[in-house]
Amino acid sequence: MRETLSFKAVRAVVLTVITGIVLLPLYVVLVSSFKPLRDVSGPFTWLPETFTIEPYIQMWSTIPLAKYLFNSLIVTTLSTALALVIAVLAAFALARLRWRGQRSFSLLVLSTQMFPGILFLLPLYLIFTQIQRTIGIQLNGNYAGLIITYMTFSVPFATWMLMGFFASIPDELEEAAMIDGTTRLGAFLRVVLPVVRPGIVAVGVFTFLNGWGEVLFASVLTTSDTRTLAVGLQAFSSQVDVRWNEMMAASIVISLPVLIAFLLVQRHLVQGLAAGAVK
Amino acid sequence: MSTLIQEARPSTPAGPPAKGNQPTRRRRRRNVLPYVLVLPALIAELFIHIIPMGLGIWIAFLSLNQLSIRNWINADFIGFTNFLNGLNPTTAIGSQFFGTLGRTAVYTVLVLGFSWALGTAAAYFLNARFRGRAVLRTLYLLPYALPVFVSAIAFAFMFNQRDGIINKILVDDLHLFADRPFWLIGSNAFVVLVIASIWTTWPFAFLLQLAALQTVPEDVYEAASLDGAGRIRQFFDVTLPMIRASNVVMLLLMFLATFNQFTVPFVLFGPSAPSESLLISPLIYQFSFGTWNFGLGGAVSTMLLVLLFVVSLIYIRLVMPKERIRRA
Repeated sequence: MRETLSFKAVRAVVLTVITGIVLLPLYVVLVSSFKPLRDVSGPFTWLPETFTIEPYIQMWSTIPLAKYLFNSLIVTTLSTALALVIAVLAAFALARLRWRGQRSFSLLVLSTQMFPGILFLLPLYLIFTQIQRTIGIQLNGNYAGLIITYMTFSVPFATWMLMGFFASIPDELEEAAMIDGTTRLGAFLRVVLPVVRPGIVAVGVFTFLNGWGEVLFASVLTTSDTRTLAVGLQAFSSQVDVRWNEMMAASIVISLPVLIAFLLVQRHLVQGLAAGAVK
Repeated sequence: MSTLIQEARPSTPAGPPAKGNQPTRRRRRRNVLPYVLVLPALIAELFIHIIPMGLGIWIAFLSLNQLSIRNWINADFIGFTNFLNGLNPTTAIGSQFFGTLGRTAVYTVLVLGFSWALGTAAAYFLNARFRGRAVLRTLYLLPYALPVFVSAIAFAFMFNQRDGIINKILVDDLHLFADRPFWLIGSNAFVVLVIASIWTTWPFAFLLQLAALQTVPEDVYEAASLDGAGRIRQFFDVTLPMIRASNVVMLLLMFLATFNQFTVPFVLFGPSAPSESLLISPLIYQFSFGTWNFGLGGAVSTMLLVLLFVVSLIYIRLVMPKERIRRA
């Protein structure tokens, strides 16, 4: 449709307001990360009075940031990898094969992702405590408990998204490979999987993002040794002072990699999300 | 490759391929294959979702406190006592529960409403091509990709009473208040909670709305504009009905995520939120890990589970097109 002048004016106003809303917190975080503690502990200034990169150096010694980063990396990477393998297999069975119980299983997968984490927190905590009491395997307070929890919480959504990607590949592709004597699974692994790789990467990034930012389970299932970034960053705020500048610097450092990863794959993610929601 | 997906997408259902029988040569082996493939997912679902959900209901009937929690399997069965404590509005716990439920409902409506409006407006205006569109699109996705706890930390800093930018603008620049108001305690905390939640939530609506708008063919608008419909009429009579299906699902997902919001209040206020801004998930957390009354926490969890289930079911029955329910 032709764009009238008044339409363009309304668009300019609306988009300017929204851009302002989005930019303000981002700007505050960025500018505060370059201020000395003295500056962030007084009335806010739009520009640093003294520009410094000191917070980016100091933040590593104020709190055990490197340890938290390491913990987050271990937990999130392993849970994402496991969730992807499980979800790829399940999504293949759901999207490409026909079997008894298929509908019930997909309903199960869909419905569990509807329920909030808080409902599972107490029982999981109790189960983990009991497992430790009876068979001596520790799950509270170490990586394992958090990894299997994150993994399981990611499986339904990842399966759901991957199903959409798999279903979009024509059957003929697999059939051609099967004529050459490959098995169904072999054809899937060698033919279908490479084609939907961007989709799988996108789902992986999304899963990683979820684990990276998870607070609820991390706040209960970790100890000071296994604390992840999502709860560890609070330590910049102590009884004595709040190191806002270092907290902002740390926020930027731990967000930048996931932001870049997200922006690289977001096109595929949008397609998957849209397909899921439109279905 | 991406165009392949894009083209095949809108019409492809998630279900199994419509093709019937495949070559029977390996029928026996293939009959086992699907079950082997879903086994890991099934085991994970069973141990982390199904069994805990059942246990979550069971502990609501137990007397669990700091002492009995270590040996919870042998805790006393006390029937509906926890539920009666939680549901009796004349007791402190009961009134806190109902107050929190009502507050959470108001919070959800506000966050959902504003997020939907912002997301829809942004997607609508970014749907047509113009200079700077790609930059804005990327920018608007940033809050979605940013970990929620980082956004919440940013808002805690911005609304800080002494050093925050909000009080600088409102008090120092605009002189709206004589004294710097406290934002993170008392009744103001609810305002901050809503604002921070909208900031983290609306890009999801934007993302899905953007994708949905791309499925509306251009010629529908042309036809409508030939009929003399203006832009606003077109939006309400053409655009909205055509993206209704994806909006129905989107609002359900956003409702479930928002009603159970935990991260934003937890980072803004710490483990014990001011009572004026307490939401249902943090309330369960407080009952359970603050006062170590897991039985009460379990009872409130169970009531939340039933509530979410009933609301979702009613919603699906009311607004989802019939054929969609069957396909799901």
